[in-house]
Amino acid sequence: MLNKTRQELENVGRMSLDLVSGIGAVFVFLLLTLRYSATSFQRFSLTIREIFFSGVLSLIIILVSGLFVGMVLGLQGYETLQTYGSSESVGVLVALSLTRELGPVVSALLFASRAGSAITAEIGLMKATEQLSAMEMMAINPIARVVGPRFWGGVLSMPILTAMFIGTGVLGGYIIAVLLIGVDSGAFWSQMNAAVDFSHDVVNGLLKSFVFGLAICSIATYQGYAAAPTAEGVSGATTRTVVSSSLAILALDLVLTAFMLKG
Amino acid sequence: MASDAAVEISRLNFRYGERAILKGINMRIPRGSIVAIMGQSGCGKTTLLRLIGGQLKPTEGDLSVEGHDMKAITPDALYRLRRQMGMLFQFGALFTDLSVFENVAFQMREHTDLSESLIRDLTLLKLQAVGLRGVRDRMPGALSGGMARRVALARAIALDPMIMMYDEPFTGLDPISMGVIAKLIRDLNSALGTTSIIVTHDVQESLRLVDYVYFVSEGVIVAEGTPEEIRSSNLPYVHQFVWGEMDGPVPFHYPAPSMQDFLAGNSPHSRRSMHA
Repeated sequence: MLNKTRQELENVGRMSLDLVSGIGAVFVFLLLTLRYSATSFQRFSLTIREIFFSGVLSLIIILVSGLFVGMVLGLQGYETLQTYGSSESVGVLVALSLTRELGPVVSALLFASRAGSAITAEIGLMKATEQLSAMEMMAINPIARVVGPRFWGGVLSMPILTAMFIGTGVLGGYIIAVLLIGVDSGAFWSQMNAAVDFSHDVVNGLLKSFVFGLAICSIATYQGYAAAPTAEGVSGATTRTVVSSSLAILALDLVLTAFMLKG
Repeated sequence: MASDAAVEISRLNFRYGERAILKGINMRIPRGSIVAIMGQSGCGKTTLLRLIGGQLKPTEGDLSVEGHDMKAITPDALYRLRRQMGMLFQFGALFTDLSVFENVAFQMREHTDLSESLIRDLTLLKLQAVGLRGVRDRMPGALSGGMARRVALARAIALDPMIMMYDEPFTGLDPISMGVIAKLIRDLNSALGTTSIIVTHDVQESLRLVDYVYFVSEGVIVAEGTPEEIRSSNLPYVHQFVWGEMDGPVPFHYPAPSMQDFLAGNSPHSRRSMHA
């Protein structure tokens, strides 16, 4: 009995140590990436290419999801607000939910699954097929040439994708509330205009998405770079990217929200 | 740098954690020569190549490449040295997101300020040297194994390296591609005066090609000599390896309990003892 308890405690201890050392390793890798980031900006065409792969190719899933999330918010919001006789405020509900929380969080979760996993798989496969070793042997630093552009391509794409997610979300809410249900269009837009504060809501929302972008791209590039150079290694790393990024997004969201709230 | 050796290794040991991979290696590779390092899979030959390329550091002993002490070399000096080295990886390691042309031009774009037209001419010259100017616009995925290896060779010699390292250059190739690669290695050596180090277990092809051979077994150099000396060697290991004999110093059977013990149920893996 005593032995079993001891073993369980040991397991908890080991898992905690693994977690802390894992976060530390990602952070050290992030610092290394930042140190060798000059290439990503001096030869911006490399980063533009990655913005295309991470950002532009994620557009479909981001826009379609934004539209649907906005439409559902419109429906649910109208249903609830109607009880209190304030169905015109549905525009406010949709816009604030999207700018403060749903926009940054949902688009980051989608980005982690769509682009984060692709970054990990690509870097992991480059490692497995010795492309990174070949680059090293050519006296080219793979962190500067391969990791940096992918990291910055993702980080720069994330806030833009979030802004687009929020935009289509508001459009979705408008389609449901105004065009289908018949809420007054003037009230929908004017109440939204009055209630949404640019710096407190919009800027903070985009700031969140920037932080999420940093987290996702650090995790995705690290997992690819540290993956075991085998098929199982790469598939495991891809899964870990999606799981760790999703948990990091949710945990960071709590911390950021706590700091950003006025009261 | 009075020495005429491109690579000098003495009393080199290398360990992964507790596991000893290379033990007491002594080697001297003269400039302009073609040297083969032979041995079974997993005997430590690729590790030796990675040590020479500076991707790994020796645990003990001395290793110098072109007069640079590889144990104490700084990252900047290592990167400068690597610009004079080329390496052909076992499966080519071509960059899959770049075309054949861009793969070969890669180092020129990264390390030089040459004009676009000069890069184009040099790249096409290198591709011409391996006979593949016609596939310049293909992606690596659309090449056969032999072609990919030749493109990788063109890429490795893009900056005319002083030392070329070949990691299993003949593995998995058909006899024609094998002959083509061997001829290219020889031609490059005579045209550029490059020092070539070939890690291989392909005995017959290599003995025709090289000036000197080192045999590595379980991390130790067990034999060395010119191809003639190796062919006429009476050392049991070399004889078994060169003539491809099934049993010898390297046993056919991986160590296991005797068959008698197994059938009598005395072995931990036998069925009777498992049920006991």
